[in-house]
Amino acid sequence: MNPFLSQTLNNLKPGEAAVISSIDADKSFFLRLAALGFRIGKQIELVRCASFNGPLHVRIGSTDIILRRSEAKRIQVRSL
Amino acid sequence: MKRIALLGMPNTGKSTLFNRLSGSSARVGNWPGITVDLMSAKILMGGHIAELIDLPGLYDLQGYSDDEQVVRHFLSNNNLDLVIIVANSAQIDRQLSLAIQIRALGLPSMLILNMSDEAKRAGISIDEKAMSLKLGMPVVKISAKYGDHCPEALKTAAGVLSKNKLPIDAEHINGQLQQDLNVEAEMESIVDETVQMPIQLGNDLTSRIDKFLLHPWLGLPIFFAAMYVLFQFIFNAGKPLQDGIAWLLTLFRTNALEPLLINTPTWLSGLLLDGVYNGLGTVAAFIPIIVLFFLIMTMVEDSGYLSRAAFLVDALMAKMGLDGRGFVMVLMGFGCNVPALMGTRVMRSKNMRLLTMLVIPLSLCSARLQVFLFMTATLFTTSQAPLVLFALYLVSFSTIFITAILFKNQYKNNEPFILELPPYRFPTLRQIWLRGWQEVKYFLNRASKFITIGVILVWALTHLPMGLAPASKATFAGQIGDWFSTVLNPIGIDSQLAIALIFGFVAKEIVIGALAVIYGLQGDALMHLMAQKLDWVQGMSFMLFTLIYTPCLSTIITLKNEAKSWLFAWISILWSLALAWVVSFIFYQSARLLGF
Repeated sequence: MNPFLSQTLNNLKPGEAAVISSIDADKSFFLRLAALGFRIGKQIELVRCASFNGPLHVRIGSTDIILRRSEAKRIQVRSL
Repeated sequence: MKRIALLGMPNTGKSTLFNRLSGSSARVGNWPGITVDLMSAKILMGGHIAELIDLPGLYDLQGYSDDEQVVRHFLSNNNLDLVIIVANSAQIDRQLSLAIQIRALGLPSMLILNMSDEAKRAGISIDEKAMSLKLGMPVVKISAKYGDHCPEALKTAAGVLSKNKLPIDAEHINGQLQQDLNVEAEMESIVDETVQMPIQLGNDLTSRIDKFLLHPWLGLPIFFAAMYVLFQFIFNAGKPLQDGIAWLLTLFRTNALEPLLINTPTWLSGLLLDGVYNGLGTVAAFIPIIVLFFLIMTMVEDSGYLSRAAFLVDALMAKMGLDGRGFVMVLMGFGCNVPALMGTRVMRSKNMRLLTMLVIPLSLCSARLQVFLFMTATLFTTSQAPLVLFALYLVSFSTIFITAILFKNQYKNNEPFILELPPYRFPTLRQIWLRGWQEVKYFLNRASKFITIGVILVWALTHLPMGLAPASKATFAGQIGDWFSTVLNPIGIDSQLAIALIFGFVAKEIVIGALAVIYGLQGDALMHLMAQKLDWVQGMSFMLFTLIYTPCLSTIITLKNEAKSWLFAWISILWSLALAWVVSFIFYQSARLLGF
């Protein structure tokens, strides 16, 4: 991963970790993400992707979360 | 009476704590302006009798999800003496925000750090005294699952209750709910000073199990195998129990009720035995299935596997507007629609839940299977029969897909699909049993009255006016069958089969019995006569109609109770009737056109 470019969460590879750099979401989705631990500057790891273009399994701190790709697209990350 | 609300994020063990505090005294209550069921219980707390209310899980007081709106509405419309915030100790670094938001409302509150056993194992230590000082509310560590320190928590809560509360008006709370607070910064500062977390977190055992259960290739096969085993267990263990209940009911009927009613007029004993008593019997038949279903479902849910199932099948479901948890319920609907409908309560988005509830009644349940086994044995050879059954399952799946796709814009899901995967946990026997018991109590309270009334009504239709042979052409049911002949003839259903469909509205199990009454024959003789009177095209059309038109009275009543709307129940009935007619019409007319 190029350290100078930021990319969206769904472009990470399984096992890859990054830092959340920005979140593009309306207020309600933003609040939900924040409550689950998605905050700018937090480290996030993509654990695995479901088959058939299914949801992503990510880990932030002690919490494992699944979210759809369409939602993951709104989260920008940069390399560690 | 003091009023206490339990509030917390999902997966914090809030309901486990509620069950521990309330035992089995919990009941479902109605609250002003709130359309979801809230469990509440009266408990003794210090010297007070208090009403404890279990609020739905929420992430943020300012969030827009259905549950978050319910909680906001509840907080601003009910006068509360105490709000107990339940948090998962292992995730306190992000869950503290709720406590800060509640405190800002000015409500008397306390924080319970639940799952302290798990946090300790993970190497997390929390200085609850320091946290209490910083937060300005009592903080107690407990384990609701094992009951550790629950008495202390109760004592602390009683202490807060006995303090004089400043009156707070709803306006104030409403105003505060709109305020943007700097929760983030305060949470960080409190966590920094009172919580110590190991750098490397992560549940090793859970990760190892996930590697296997969420494997890109093995995950789905394991999921379907697990569902198959659970399904077989519920319905194979349920069958003898249902038979046992039916045997006991018949025994009581022949040995006690019938001798007792021997001198009453026929219509009265008919009404009491075939109407009221059979109605109660219909309700009772569901008890074993509901208990078993929720024993298994509690294990699947509380173990953390249900969210993982959602992960595995979401790709398939998203296109239909459903999610993976809904898929599990639809699968379970192939056993029995009633508990499957009740099980949709795990889905927290109202619209997605409604869409799931709309498709579940289309799944070919075991009661319908009995009718089809009889009909296929009557009308087809032994080599054809399995193929016909397979075709019926395919039709069932297709109607589910079509219905979901047609209605997904009507019941558009407005919540993002983002779920926590909790670590794998074993629920305690107590948790499993309590759940099964609560669900049965709920079903009996809500459904038994309407189901009994429905059975009595069908009895009346098929037995009145007095003095006629039951289910004969001159009864009300026969007359209704005649009225509908213009609609039913184009799909090959004659007036006698139409009467069987009226019986089938109560329960599919009684359709065969109804046919025996209608034709006045039993067993092989009945099969023989039906094979003479019906050709396979008519029989198939009847089966297609039976599959789709309406599952049974109990399903409709459950649908109405779960959706809290007669309108929704009617939409479901009318849609399935229309769909059944169209499918049967297309089949019957094309088969006839092709010369069959």
